[in-house]
Amino acid sequence: MSESRRVQDFNRHVASGGKVEATDWMPEEYRRAVGRFVEMHANSELMGVLPEREWILRAPTLKRKLALSAKVQDEVGHAQLLYRVAEDLGKPREAMLADLLAGKTKFHNVFHYPTHSWADVGIIAWLVDAAAIVAQQALRESSYAPYGRTMKKICWEESVHILHGRDVVLTMMNGTARQRALVQDALERWWGPLMQMHGPRTDPAKDRDLAWRIKNKDNETLRQEFLTVYVPRLREIGLQPPDPELRQDPDSGTWRYTEPDWKELYAVVTGHGPRSAERLEFRRLNYAETQWVRDTVLAAPLAA
Amino acid sequence: MPGQPMQVYEVFRREREGGPMQHAGNLLAPDPELASHYAREFYGRRQESVRLWIVPRAAIVDLDDPDLLQPPFDRSFKKPVGYSTEIKAKLAQARSRAGTGKAGEIQ
Repeated sequence: MSESRRVQDFNRHVASGGKVEATDWMPEEYRRAVGRFVEMHANSELMGVLPEREWILRAPTLKRKLALSAKVQDEVGHAQLLYRVAEDLGKPREAMLADLLAGKTKFHNVFHYPTHSWADVGIIAWLVDAAAIVAQQALRESSYAPYGRTMKKICWEESVHILHGRDVVLTMMNGTARQRALVQDALERWWGPLMQMHGPRTDPAKDRDLAWRIKNKDNETLRQEFLTVYVPRLREIGLQPPDPELRQDPDSGTWRYTEPDWKELYAVVTGHGPRSAERLEFRRLNYAETQWVRDTVLAAPLAA
Repeated sequence: MPGQPMQVYEVFRREREGGPMQHAGNLLAPDPELASHYAREFYGRRQESVRLWIVPRAAIVDLDDPDLLQPPFDRSFKKPVGYSTEIKAKLAQARSRAGTGKAGEIQ
């Protein structure tokens, strides 16, 4: 069979809902596209624990400390699973970590920002994870089946994180006026990054990741789904998203909002966010400090 | 660094006693002992498994030849669907011939 015919058959297979396994033949472009997508996702899981890690020692109760530690452990576990999926497509893990540490590959915008109070922990675990799970649930149906199966496990764990975050937020909203003010303040600081998180509207017809069904929903669809579920959940407990233009069209159900700051998004994901350099530096330090573990694990066995 | 070659291990898990071993995912490890530790961390951290199988990918015999598994011949005589579509009508006819039961009802 000729190469172009093979590619055509492959494209028809995935476009009609067919799945691809790690050991199946696939066009190089598809392999690279899935690898790039999963690598960025893995980077985000690995870098995403750093803002929350800052609060483990400052958690208000032992139960919160346990829950937050477990969440951080889960997210690093997700990174491990996803690096494995990406690695199976050809790029070695060491190369992915080296590219991340060198700032050559990206991670999600929301993990480039500072945290100011315990309320940030609640807002991150509830809303950042919720915005992420909207995208991740759609990825369970990815044409690349090993990724889809991994997302099923990850979504299951993320749903616990969202409950943990909502519990933190509700506890504070039921507390003092100062606690409520801290939550509203955190929401106002995180709203911009949350609205940018899914990315600008794109033309679905030009998106190859969509054509190949690596992902199944475009950016604006994901943002609309997030707003539909979460704006009412914020408002019902007395929290106000800081956007005077935010309203749902009663007929179409579509949300209108102030255009997110796409320049900020671009600057942040290219490593110019308020905490980009600091978080990457911490990751480099951590990578250097744990080199002895990798050396030990990978060392040749001692002669028996 | 001259180390051991890393090997891919496929992991299977049993969710509850009596259930099937189902594929969970895979991992990369230099030896079976570390593969077991990783598998426990990835697939047993939340008490979601009662047993794990950790198998070198190289040991798996992979068969996906459609000529063998999905032959294009009619195999309906081996499956319920080969009978279930016509059996109602035949039963109704037999009952009606015998003068028993209601037409169209399988008991």
